[in-house]
Amino acid sequence: MIKIEKRNDVPMALYFFTPFIAIILTILGGGIIFYILGFNPIEALKFYFITPISNLYGLSELLLKATPLCLIAIGLSFCFKSNNWNIGAEGQLTFGAIVGGGVALLFYNQEGFYILPLVILAGAIGGMIFALIPAILKTYFNTNEILVSLMLVYVSKLLLDYLVVGPWSNPEGFNFPETRQFSNSSRMPLLFEGLRIHAGIFLALAAVMLSWFILYKTYLGFQIKVSGLSLKTAKYAGFKGKTMILVVFMISGACAGLAGVGEITGPIGQLHRMISPDYGFTAIIVAFLGRLNPFGIIFASLVVALTYLGAETAQIFLQIPKYTGQVFQGMILFFLLASDYLLFFKVKILNLKKNELRH
Amino acid sequence: MSLDISFIGILIGSIMASSVPLILAASGELITERSGVLNLGVEGMMIIGAISGFALMVITDNLFIAIVGSMLSGVIISLIFGFLTQSLLTNHVATGLALTIFGIGLSAMLGKNFVGIPGKEFPILFSSLRESIPFFGPILFGHSIVLYFAFALPFLTNYFLKKTKLGLVVRAVGDSPVSASNQGINVVLVRYCCILYGGAMCGLAGAYLSLIYTPQWIENMTAGRGWIALALVVFATWSPIKVLIGALIFGGITILQLHMQAIGFRIPVQFLSALPYLMTIIVLVVISRDSRKIKLNTPTSLGRIFYKEK
Repeated sequence: MIKIEKRNDVPMALYFFTPFIAIILTILGGGIIFYILGFNPIEALKFYFITPISNLYGLSELLLKATPLCLIAIGLSFCFKSNNWNIGAEGQLTFGAIVGGGVALLFYNQEGFYILPLVILAGAIGGMIFALIPAILKTYFNTNEILVSLMLVYVSKLLLDYLVVGPWSNPEGFNFPETRQFSNSSRMPLLFEGLRIHAGIFLALAAVMLSWFILYKTYLGFQIKVSGLSLKTAKYAGFKGKTMILVVFMISGACAGLAGVGEITGPIGQLHRMISPDYGFTAIIVAFLGRLNPFGIIFASLVVALTYLGAETAQIFLQIPKYTGQVFQGMILFFLLASDYLLFFKVKILNLKKNELRH
Repeated sequence: MSLDISFIGILIGSIMASSVPLILAASGELITERSGVLNLGVEGMMIIGAISGFALMVITDNLFIAIVGSMLSGVIISLIFGFLTQSLLTNHVATGLALTIFGIGLSAMLGKNFVGIPGKEFPILFSSLRESIPFFGPILFGHSIVLYFAFALPFLTNYFLKKTKLGLVVRAVGDSPVSASNQGINVVLVRYCCILYGGAMCGLAGAYLSLIYTPQWIENMTAGRGWIALALVVFATWSPIKVLIGALIFGGITILQLHMQAIGFRIPVQFLSALPYLMTIIVLVVISRDSRKIKLNTPTSLGRIFYKEK
């Protein structure tokens, strides 16, 4: 017989172990789906999770995709920890890229060491401003931040579309929906010759360090964590709830904006319609899988980046649509949430015979 | 451009058609939310309904099976959400997001072999009356049966919630699960049913898109309608009749935007396309500003996890 008991406190070791259970279950689940679709599951999974990272180029691609995911998820961890459901990071990423890209386009025919920092700063500010919209509406108008941040995703994407088709489109571009190429001074320096991995990864690592410091070593971090655990306690302690909401959204938006600017100044080098394969949404999964912990998020961003790469490889070798990446991403989150049950409840398997003897 | 009376009739008819998926999905989600469950997976359930309906239509060549199958597929996929949130007590927001991401991915995977296949014509009712009566003809007649169902649904939902005992149970579970439970109501069971019902309606909404509105399968063809449906429920302050009004407004904006493009209205199309989303935000601000008003209508336990010590 199985008996379920509520735990009094969450065992920390299990808290960081269950994400691994979720990953293993996802791989098994993926194998089953591939089998149903008529593929050899072992071979398909190999194409998905091993082939993409079995060479240097693949590893560089993995880090390239993990960089924006990590950056955005770090920002989101501030929101989620304090119970603010910012799910519009994709919009903040897009708007950051628009503002940063706008600055880069101003300097399209100039070179100078100061250009890239300006572009990056503009991107962060753009993301921050865009994230402030749901934050201000939430704090002053009591509006649901989930819906507002999400609606703004569509607004930002349409704005980007308008700009690259209309006023910002490349005058020599034969009406393609894209802007001019940025000048070299607006591009992230590449780390290795022939690989796409760029200096943006240092931004992500800096964000990890900084967020660890803020969350665990400052008063603000303490406020964020307390508000997340209990809003009543936070109020009782006299924390300024409104300011905190604005701050966590600004941090989150800035990170997403940086991720956007990292994409356009890194691998892309201009603005066009498709600057992000939904990194902003996928980063939500990364944040959860990383347990909202800065170092956990690094690990989670690599795992989730692999689902992107795997989907691309599987599309090439097995002709499976690359949307399968999203199937894996959804499954990871499902299994992770499900395995959280083990954190709050103890599942005991009772030996019936022994009990009967005792009676 | 002649704005004669019969054109306006046709315009209203097309606005009604474009609001159908919103009415269906939002009415389903409304029941789910009234029971205290926030399911953000509407978009995912809709897209699964869209591909299942279309695939079943191609395979069986039977529209009835396609429609019923799409609803069933919505039920099945919402069962994942129900099991996680109700039995494993997971966070509603995160689970719903996972459902949407999973649904979009799975639909593309299932729909791989159905891209580019032309759809079948869906039978419309009273097509002769549509032509013979000016103005009212195109508004009232010549629609699919799903449209008539969609327009009846908000009234049925309203009746269910306000006049039936079961509706009272749903509202009680949403407003005060603890007292409902003490009254001997099985809160988890009620919530399961409401989630599955929401799934069925979202599945139907998706099938309307792939079988009737634009009869074909396109990846990601729901294009954010699920999220608008979610916003509509808040917009309507959880009242079914207001869902109908809201859906017509949103449908109206969508159609108007197409017509404005056609007559060469000098506003960039992207701004017109952004209107429904901006409208949602503005309306949310207006109705949320008065915190008493929104509290009065919001299911009190919305999105909160209910756990009963056994």
